[in-house]
Amino acid sequence: MIFVTVGAQMAFDRMIKAVDEWAGREGRTDVFAQIGPAEYTPRHVAHTGFLEPPQFAERAKAASVIVAHAGMGSIITALTMGKPILVMPRLGDLRETRNDHQVATAKRLSELGKVAVAMDERELIERLDRLDELTSTGALGPYAQDSLIAAVRNVVFASQDR
Amino acid sequence: MAESSISGKAPAASGKTPRVLAIASGGGHWVQLLRLRPAWEGAKVTYVSVRPAYASDVPGERFVAINDATRWDKVGLVKMAAKLLLIMIRVRPNVVVSTGAAPGYFAFRLGRLFGAKTVWLDSVANVDEMSMTGMLVKDRATLWLTQWPHLAGDDGPECHGSVL
Repeated sequence: MIFVTVGAQMAFDRMIKAVDEWAGREGRTDVFAQIGPAEYTPRHVAHTGFLEPPQFAERAKAASVIVAHAGMGSIITALTMGKPILVMPRLGDLRETRNDHQVATAKRLSELGKVAVAMDERELIERLDRLDELTSTGALGPYAQDSLIAAVRNVVFASQDR
Repeated sequence: MAESSISGKAPAASGKTPRVLAIASGGGHWVQLLRLRPAWEGAKVTYVSVRPAYASDVPGERFVAINDATRWDKVGLVKMAAKLLLIMIRVRPNVVVSTGAAPGYFAFRLGRLFGAKTVWLDSVANVDEMSMTGMLVKDRATLWLTQWPHLAGDDGPECHGSVL
């Protein structure tokens, strides 16, 4: 199963349309997409507008690979479940988000080996054609790095010392 | 409430559990906030976010949902600030921790009025520069954090690691 998600806030028709057309061409029936408040209606893949957190987790868990916008909610969910994730960043110029921060995020996390990146629809199709090559680096633990936890904890438990 | 009396410390000082307000908007901001949970284990925490369904992420804990608003939605922002003021009066936090965005900004401003300490963790998504909200709270943060070492600096945020 391939789980496709655009996150809870905005549609991302450019990505959904590319995945939908790919699924139609390849005859894939194992794709489920969460598409947000979309204008484009997929013709080949099962889809829904929104998923509440438990349903979202269920869909992600059932998937062998996750395809998503480059949002941290989607990325962290995939990483904690140990699922390979392919992301396509939203672009500020196309009003898909307020700026190009997803491009920078995607590039950095890809350099760290956390995610696979497709910068546009063409690259997305290329990656989808070679989906088997995507691998997970193993499941991420449930919490932030110890050093970060310790720094925050210091402030929390120093707050009572006057 | 059972409290151990540790010798050498006045009961009034030793018996207090810090009250934490952990607040974030939806999606990635909320997911990143949840990854900090061990930082306030043993404290009394109240979570605030923008979708009632998020309560299921923190079972058995105090969770309050508020409306969401972006910086272009003035009415929504006023409503959010008013709701947060009520939450502040009720919770009286010693510490406000936020991963962004608009709810964190208001919680920082109100928290400072109430004498709370504040921790800001800018989203790991902000790779090239601190977020706009992050810049706005800079002067109000007890601890002002980026998750990217290359953004940390003497006059900039501190970096102690990331949520990943």
